Amino acid sequence: MATPLAPDTPLSAPLDVGFDYTRSLGPVLGRFMTALRERRIEGVRGSDGRVHVPPVEFDPVTSEALSEPVGVADEGTVVSWSWMPDPIAGQPLQHPFGWALVRLDGADTALLHAVDAGSPDRMRTGMRVRARWVDEPVGSIRDIACFEPAGPGAEPRGPAAPPPAGTEPVTMLTTPVHLAYRHSASVQESRYLRALAEGRFIGQRCPACGKVYVPPRGACPADGVPTEEEVELPDRGIVTTFCIVNVPFLGQRITPPYVAAYVLLDGADIAFLHLVLGCAADEVRMGMRVEAAWKPRERWTTSLENVDHFRPTGEPDAPFESYREHL
Amino acid sequence: MAGAGTSGAGQLAAVLGTGQTHHVSRRTDVSMAGLCREAIDRALADAGVGMADIDAVVLGKAPDLFEGVMMPELMLADAIGATGKPLLRVHTAGSVGGSTGVVAASLVQAGVHRRVLAVAFEKQSESNAMWALSIVPPFSMPVGAGAGGYFAPHVRSYIRRSGAPEHIGAMVAVKDRRNGARNPYAHLHQPDITVESVRASAVLWDPIRYDETCPSSDGACAVVIGDEAAGDAAQRPAWIHATAMRTEPTTFAGRDQVNPAAGRAAAAALWAQAGITDPLAEIDVAEIYVPFSWFEPMWLENLGFAAEGEGWRLVEAGETAIGGRLPVNPSGGVLSSNPIGASGLLRFAESAMQVMGRAGDHQVEGARTALGHAYGGGSQFYSMWVVGADKP
Amino acid sequence: MNRTDIAVVGFAQAPQVAETTGTTNGVEMLVPIITEVLETTGLPRREVGFWCSGSSDYLAGRAFSFVSAVDAIGAVPPIVESHVEADAAWAFYEAWVKIRTGQARTAAVYGFGKSSAGDLRRVLALQLDPYTVAPLWPDAVSVAALQARAGLDAGLWSEKDMAEVAARSRADAIANPYAQLGDQVDAATLLDQPYVAEPLRAHDCPPVTDGAAVVVLAAASAAEDLCEHPAWITGLEHRIDSPVLGARELHRSPSTAAAAAAACGDIGTDGVQVAELHAPFSSQELLLRREVGLPDSARVNPSGGPLCGNPMFAAGLTRIGEAASRVMDGSADRVLAHATNGPALQQNLVCVMEGRD
Repeated sequence: MATPLAPDTPLSAPLDVGFDYTRSLGPVLGRFMTALRERRIEGVRGSDGRVHVPPVEFDPVTSEALSEPVGVADEGTVVSWSWMPDPIAGQPLQHPFGWALVRLDGADTALLHAVDAGSPDRMRTGMRVRARWVDEPVGSIRDIACFEPAGPGAEPRGPAAPPPAGTEPVTMLTTPVHLAYRHSASVQESRYLRALAEGRFIGQRCPACGKVYVPPRGACPADGVPTEEEVELPDRGIVTTFCIVNVPFLGQRITPPYVAAYVLLDGADIAFLHLVLGCAADEVRMGMRVEAAWKPRERWTTSLENVDHFRPTGEPDAPFESYREHL
Repeated sequence: MAGAGTSGAGQLAAVLGTGQTHHVSRRTDVSMAGLCREAIDRALADAGVGMADIDAVVLGKAPDLFEGVMMPELMLADAIGATGKPLLRVHTAGSVGGSTGVVAASLVQAGVHRRVLAVAFEKQSESNAMWALSIVPPFSMPVGAGAGGYFAPHVRSYIRRSGAPEHIGAMVAVKDRRNGARNPYAHLHQPDITVESVRASAVLWDPIRYDETCPSSDGACAVVIGDEAAGDAAQRPAWIHATAMRTEPTTFAGRDQVNPAAGRAAAAALWAQAGITDPLAEIDVAEIYVPFSWFEPMWLENLGFAAEGEGWRLVEAGETAIGGRLPVNPSGGVLSSNPIGASGLLRFAESAMQVMGRAGDHQVEGARTALGHAYGGGSQFYSMWVVGADKP
Repeated sequence: MNRTDIAVVGFAQAPQVAETTGTTNGVEMLVPIITEVLETTGLPRREVGFWCSGSSDYLAGRAFSFVSAVDAIGAVPPIVESHVEADAAWAFYEAWVKIRTGQARTAAVYGFGKSSAGDLRRVLALQLDPYTVAPLWPDAVSVAALQARAGLDAGLWSEKDMAEVAARSRADAIANPYAQLGDQVDAATLLDQPYVAEPLRAHDCPPVTDGAAVVVLAAASAAEDLCEHPAWITGLEHRIDSPVLGARELHRSPSTAAAAAAACGDIGTDGVQVAELHAPFSSQELLLRREVGLPDSARVNPSGGPLCGNPMFAAGLTRIGEAASRVMDGSADRVLAHATNGPALQQNLVCVMEGRD
């Protein structure tokens, strides 16, 4: 998954972050979404009598809780607009469209949505637009597929769609948020990762405090300067402390139960978390000597995952005092 | 001391009122705005002020990924009464609720504002915190398992270093959950919990058991902080005697993860500013951020209530129960409610409620000086305050 | 002087670039500039009284992304520290408050952002109302375009005015070694370019920028030891507007006007020689000039401004640093910096700084 690059270029790889958020709506937004499911648009009356569409739960001037619903038209006037020539993922239309703030008839504030105008030449401030509803509304702002030009010259609307199914009020909204990032390792960490790809552990020494960090750091956390002098480290050391993970959770990549242990390599001054196998979980001890169990060479990449796990060496445990300062 | 009406921390400030939501796993009846507003309206009512009396708002919450909204304070501006006013968003990991209180206090102590509203919330049910906290970046070993997986090895280290008996964790859980049963806002109400039932519960992250673990909650907390004049005019405010924040890196060679230096430094600064030399004798009640029961004895030591390795003895002797020498978390604490971003501010608010005499069924009799404490990240961010019934 | 006298005494910034190879925790960008600003001021690292930073988890795509940035400080022994999930100009505000309480004499404030790590235009849609707006994924450029259109329709500016802002910024940025863009272009040529989000053309929009900045503040008792010509903060205010785009008058910014009025005090903007405005879009500079009430004589964004380098979450702090630098280098006596957060200039901060003879 890593991008092959020149030897000193920091490594990077995709990092996708996605979740379908479940939003509870509360009474004001719930009512709005319920109306949308019925292909109606309902705003709320503000403290000063203005009708807010989309509805707001709390008045922007007085911050009072608002509750009086006001039905408005699904047709209105564009008060500002822009043109989107290259729609991006998730937007209402996937061909060029206009964004517009639309003040619906009966409302005093404007709703942001897309206008399927075909060309920016058809967009203008003051133009009349009307909602185009989706075939199967569910109670979401996306029940309005988009707006389309209305008024003289507009195509007549098709027959009214059948009434939607579902009579329970809408109380929840699911909003998928999926984002793609590129995650980079630091220059120092990249050297360490490339060494891992060759089956070696390297650390680096902080020029200020002399401590050996593995992985090496862009900044020694104690001194704020990059670690420098490279130190080859063995693939064996001790377990300082650990826990046994018995709990399953979303996104988990190792099946529980497993031992998550801090492993302190011989010659390093800092431990890292890894997996310990090769003995029963309840036989893992603080101070236990362990060595890396590497995956088959053909599966090595620039990742600490090249070490499948650490396993007991059978040597005598390290005395508590020898690792006390690493707890 | 810089003269009348000020202290080493600047001008005097006092908690005028507090409010919180009923914490539950899923508050599906409200939006994020509605959740915050429930706490805010209660705090304003408790303080006897209206939104128009508030000069500035400070909002704290934990990672934006929890709710899937980038800088949600922006979209909440109308709901939290911030429109047209200064609004600050604090994010210092799990300590954020405490930091929110400290920053709000500093706005008054600096003489910038007269009345400031601090509000913190988390709506965990919008997503899944275990997911958000366990996103595995490329190149790394996917061995992490949320906050419990992070802290359990350090709990093991504490047990080894202190020689604490295994039942201490269960004792803390029983105390906090039974305390929580007295608190109408607490998420968990378990008046019948016992050491035996805790020890019989599943081991999630050995050595941490299910019943020794905080719940996942939706909730919000709000606190109104006023200046000296506002405090003088209020009926029994909680005067802020000291605040402290300290940070250290997540990992560094030789880091003490059991008794972190940043916590000790924050506590030392806090006690010095409050003029406290013997915290165990001088603090009447403490609300300490304990998301896993073993952290109670760990923090008792870190805060200086007990010598290193001795914190568990206070627990074992029942001294941290209501009626003991130092009641800890009479509200039920984080073990009874954990709306992450709000949990720290809840500790701060509950400490204030105690010295204001407004803690209801979990009131510690005669409480006049109280500690509010929060920590976050890998036990690396600390924020604390001392509040008192007496004007400093 | 009293405890409320506080000055900017140092500023450093990372090169503003389209893409760094560094990590999203900003350490590679922060280590050199923190070192630089501490060396320039002569403030020992472990004597900084308060550290405060501004950054965004959503920029990095990870929860707690700011936590590793602390490594760049070298926070052993522990430090007094805080973080805002906002442009670091708000961290600057928190630090100013901290010094005013008397709890710190000096503060270092930093901001960082690796905007290139994700699709910035899309990520910023998550700042919009999550119920009725964000599900449509309106991108940040399109939202700014709606604002630009509102000003055009109101007759407050023209596309030519916008192009002239861009041309001036790009020419000014030639002299700024940290700027991402900088060249000689004329407005007429720019106007021949196609729209990217009508009425915005590429030159009206900021580049996607990775960057970082750090500013050192000091109380009166320390400022003159750290800097020959401190930039004394005479006003620092911020306000926020409603998040409801369709309820705001987008061609106006009441929060900017209120913050500026409060920060400038009785004499208003008289004598402001340099203003650094956090206007990522050309139309926003025109809007902000009006709301701040800048005199025509004020030089706006001599650094080239955000149109020539827009490091998210550091760009506002950079404005403060750039403006303060004009006082610290003796080239101006009264300067104004502005910073913003949120869609279409929702939240705004104004900082006025002056030299003293």
